[in-house]
Amino acid sequence: MMRGRIIGSCSDPAALEGFQWFICYLTTGKHMNLYYSFGTVLLLLAITAPAALAFGYGGAMAARSAFAPLRWFGKAYIAVVRGVPDIAFFLFFVIALDQGFEYLRHKIKCPDWNEPIRQGSDFVVCAAAKLPPGNAPQWQHETYGFLLAVLTFAIVFGAFAANVLYGAMRAVPKAQLETAEAYGMTRKQVTRRVLIPQMWVYALPGLSNLWMVLIKATPLLFLLGVEDIVYWARELGGTKTPNYTQYPHGDWRMWYFFGLLVFYLAFTKLSEVVLERIMARLNQGQATSGGEAQRKAAA
Amino acid sequence: MRTLILSAVALAMGASAAFAESKTVRLGTEGAYPPYNFLNDDGEVDGFERHVGDELCKRAKLTCEWVTNDWDSIIPNLVSGNYDAIIAGMSITDERKEVIDFSEAYTQPDPSVFLAASDDADLETGVIAAQASTIQASRIAEMKGATLLEFATPEETVAAVRDGEADAVLADKAYLTPIADADDELSIVGEDILIGGGIGVGVRQSDTELRDKLTKAIQSMKKDGSLNKLIKKWLPESATF
Repeated sequence: MMRGRIIGSCSDPAALEGFQWFICYLTTGKHMNLYYSFGTVLLLLAITAPAALAFGYGGAMAARSAFAPLRWFGKAYIAVVRGVPDIAFFLFFVIALDQGFEYLRHKIKCPDWNEPIRQGSDFVVCAAAKLPPGNAPQWQHETYGFLLAVLTFAIVFGAFAANVLYGAMRAVPKAQLETAEAYGMTRKQVTRRVLIPQMWVYALPGLSNLWMVLIKATPLLFLLGVEDIVYWARELGGTKTPNYTQYPHGDWRMWYFFGLLVFYLAFTKLSEVVLERIMARLNQGQATSGGEAQRKAAA
Repeated sequence: MRTLILSAVALAMGASAAFAESKTVRLGTEGAYPPYNFLNDDGEVDGFERHVGDELCKRAKLTCEWVTNDWDSIIPNLVSGNYDAIIAGMSITDERKEVIDFSEAYTQPDPSVFLAASDDADLETGVIAAQASTIQASRIAEMKGATLLEFATPEETVAAVRDGEADAVLADKAYLTPIADADDELSIVGEDILIGGGIGVGVRQSDTELRDKLTKAIQSMKKDGSLNKLIKKWLPESATF
């Protein structure tokens, strides 16, 4: 394929040496899977971050609600998710969501079904209720698994974000909100025009921390059975005996995991730089210590 | 937030119906246990069981697709319906039969052996590594003097012997022999041990139709010798039918 065109031939790796061997080795189909899986991780972050923020915003608004049951729901959501270890939550939620969806579909699509859904240890729903359908191609199964993971990530990190946003909303000086009301704004207007624009500066330190934790939590994908970078690093790094590969090597897991370490370190460093810039921008003209420092530096 | 959950549900509920009726059987394997199953350089499932599985599907007129899953969750994920069959060097045991069902065996009871860094390794009272939830692990757990050291993947069990963390590893002979051949410091020690009742395809207990189809296909492969040919090619040390 492509690597053949670029660098002569990888058809007989045993004859190659040093650099050439490594080029061929690092461009096998299996390694391509590793490179694609970096994309999986980035995609997870790209979808999860806004979704978690949306969950967080919803949770925070619910926790602040004047309507008691909604307030209880919001506070319970934050408390429960924050109080349970991530891993336990992840393992529970992915199975529970999957079976929950299938149960609902089963009830809707197969009302005539009279066998029990739980038979011993089996979870049996009618074929039409299977998610994705049993005959779906593999990519749909993978996408579905990935989306379940995204939803779980969003629920878990949404709770943390809700807590941060809830705190940030309370940190906005009361006097400003009261002034807005005195100008005749409705409750909704106060929220939209004063509270939300102001809260970000209080929320950002907490949210950036959360973003870092989210980056570092992405290997949980591996735990959920998604073939992510940890999966491929482990698979590629393992000892390969000559019988089953053209590229035999010893136990290289350490080097692959070291590669992951460098990747995560570079990624979090980059995030830190970007987040610092955003923070500086948000601080402009704010009555916070950061904003004050900017004002003094300019003066 | 509510709309988000609702739209996710709607998406999940809607993603159906549009697909053809012909049933695809999803075959779950570990992909880390050569020569039975492993991922080749192209990242595809390969090995003895790949060839057996493909032939079984052809004979049973099933459309099959391979998926990989970690060993330690391979039974739970079959039971919860992530795939329809396990073809992963899984020996038929009574313990497993309580949870899942098996087709007829497609190998004879396969010999297990110890792999150690020295010939006088202490196999009676030493520390023995084995992959978790395997027949080898239960075997060591039953041995009085020995200490069992369990790992999630076969790779780690061998690494433990290399590091000196374990005195020896107990695993299928077909898996350990190529490793001993490739590594001067490791060798097979002791006699072959016969445990387990041969390897079969694991299916859900509620899925008797698939089980019978696979058993029929296995019987037909036994009859015309094509199974023996694959066993000789991939598991040269194992008995044929």
